[in-house]
Amino acid sequence: MSTATEPVRILPQSPANSGSDSGEGQLLEVSMGPQHPSTHGVFRMDVVLDGERVVRLKPVFGYLHRNHEKIAEHETYLGSMPYTDRLDYICSLTNNWAYALAVEKLAGIQVPERAEYIRIITAEMTRFLNHAALIGFLTQDMGASGTPLMYAFRERETILDLFESLTGARMMCNYMRFGGCRVDLPAGWLDQAKKFAATLPRFLEEFERLLATNEILMARTQGVGVLSKEFAVNAGVTGPVLRASGVNYDVRKVDKYGIYDRFAFKVPLGEHGDTYDRYMIRLLEMRESLKILNQALRDIPEGPIVDPKTKIRGFKPKPGEAYGRIEAPKGELGFYLISDGTANPYRYRVRSSCMMNLTVLEDLCIGHNVADVVVILGSIDIVMGEVDR
Amino acid sequence: MTPENIKSEVEASIPGCQLEIVSNPSPSGQHSLRIDPAHAVAIATFLRDAEPLRLDYCSNVTGVDWPGKEISEKVKVKKLVDGVEQEVEEIRKTQTIGHLEVVYHLFSMEKKHGPVILRMRTEDRAERVHLPSLTPVWRSAEFQEREIFDLYGVIFDGHPDLRRILMWDGFEDHPMRRDYVEPDDFEYEPTAHDEVLERARQHRTVMGPL
Repeated sequence: MSTATEPVRILPQSPANSGSDSGEGQLLEVSMGPQHPSTHGVFRMDVVLDGERVVRLKPVFGYLHRNHEKIAEHETYLGSMPYTDRLDYICSLTNNWAYALAVEKLAGIQVPERAEYIRIITAEMTRFLNHAALIGFLTQDMGASGTPLMYAFRERETILDLFESLTGARMMCNYMRFGGCRVDLPAGWLDQAKKFAATLPRFLEEFERLLATNEILMARTQGVGVLSKEFAVNAGVTGPVLRASGVNYDVRKVDKYGIYDRFAFKVPLGEHGDTYDRYMIRLLEMRESLKILNQALRDIPEGPIVDPKTKIRGFKPKPGEAYGRIEAPKGELGFYLISDGTANPYRYRVRSSCMMNLTVLEDLCIGHNVADVVVILGSIDIVMGEVDR
Repeated sequence: MTPENIKSEVEASIPGCQLEIVSNPSPSGQHSLRIDPAHAVAIATFLRDAEPLRLDYCSNVTGVDWPGKEISEKVKVKKLVDGVEQEVEEIRKTQTIGHLEVVYHLFSMEKKHGPVILRMRTEDRAERVHLPSLTPVWRSAEFQEREIFDLYGVIFDGHPDLRRILMWDGFEDHPMRRDYVEPDDFEYEPTAHDEVLERARQHRTVMGPL
């Protein structure tokens, strides 16, 4: 994070400036953010413009940095669980799962079947609401003021109600535990969830019809911010952004963590890697999430929700290290833990998918108009709570 | 592929490089390879491009701080006690030099395997904290190496844009180091409460009145 300078500055020594008094070819340095409404939080871009065209763009972040990793080193293993909610605050349940998975790898804990099913149900609901909200925000950034976002938030609200009756909180769920989940499903929850899942195909149909062939959406997104396959892999881009570029890599399929190998679902892939593909891939992934959700709601067995052998209090894993990762809605979310045998982790590291996806922002934006920067950033899908940690 | 296979393969194709297997006693079984910084870029390029591995995706890069420790061990020494040679137990204390470690988690998107874990060490924690940057090999290391530079103080040679990333430019220390002490600059505190006021008072006695 660098300290802010004046918001707009004409660069005096740029080679394009020499020999012209008319302002032709003059480079302009603009500071977009940190309070810009399209930056999804406190995020700044140092943009150098030639007219409307972006010549250079440096992302600047760290405004929400609270050294989450240092806090966790002074905290017990379980004590960090509520903090993980605050990373990507739209998707607290997948954050919980990634952390629980890393600790389970570190200590060799088995998870009972019912808990695995509950984890998948909540994770796929989280993915659904994240993608719906993202499409809403993306179109909002393009000027579709409100309508698609409110459609998405209507469904999100129902999912959050389900989360609230299960975990006690709408967003800061703090629900997963090492070796299972905190509480069992309340009475009637499954029926409610099934009833809700039955309404989703209609919503998806409506949401797609509302936008997919919209002329303005197509004009603003097609061919904008093309990310090539090879570059995406090398730059460590993950999640829907990677798959929109046509790379078939989904941690749910590759690692088969939890019990994802039992579910039939497809991994949608994009062809062009442009902003429209990144938008479309989210719509298609919502359909696949719905498939997994329906299978899980149908097959969930009875049984315990937490491994009875795990200790909640005085939990001290043996010395060693582990890297656990899941396919979070925004990409690969990983936790790297080193234990020295005490109750606090010696090292606790969050591999944030949002931050890694920001690596390519400059390369995507160069050559496009400044208005496209907003759309490209929106299609990458960042949450500053996870970028800054 | 096991770490042993990777080690022998890398050593066969890059002459003079040294790899050491670091075993991990945890149930995760994720063992790692310690590589020497002098050959790091060559090893990384080989791992990325060579056919059976093709580790094209560098997922996670992170730093770990290992401060120096005082190790005391009991040693039996022969000594002359009152003119008679006797075996006496003595406690000998040795101070180890601490180091900073950088850990890379590599996967292959093409072959869908991993993780292969690489580790590199600096020589100490004060002066010789230079390591080669692997950003030219994997672009995904760019922000993460900047973060390690920011929070741990490892200097990556060959990094295209090594600046602070999470802390602000004027900041001086490295907050993720284990011996980090919060600076005595109360001005950064957003609200003045008891502890802050106490620190401000101490600050004033050192610096003189405002």
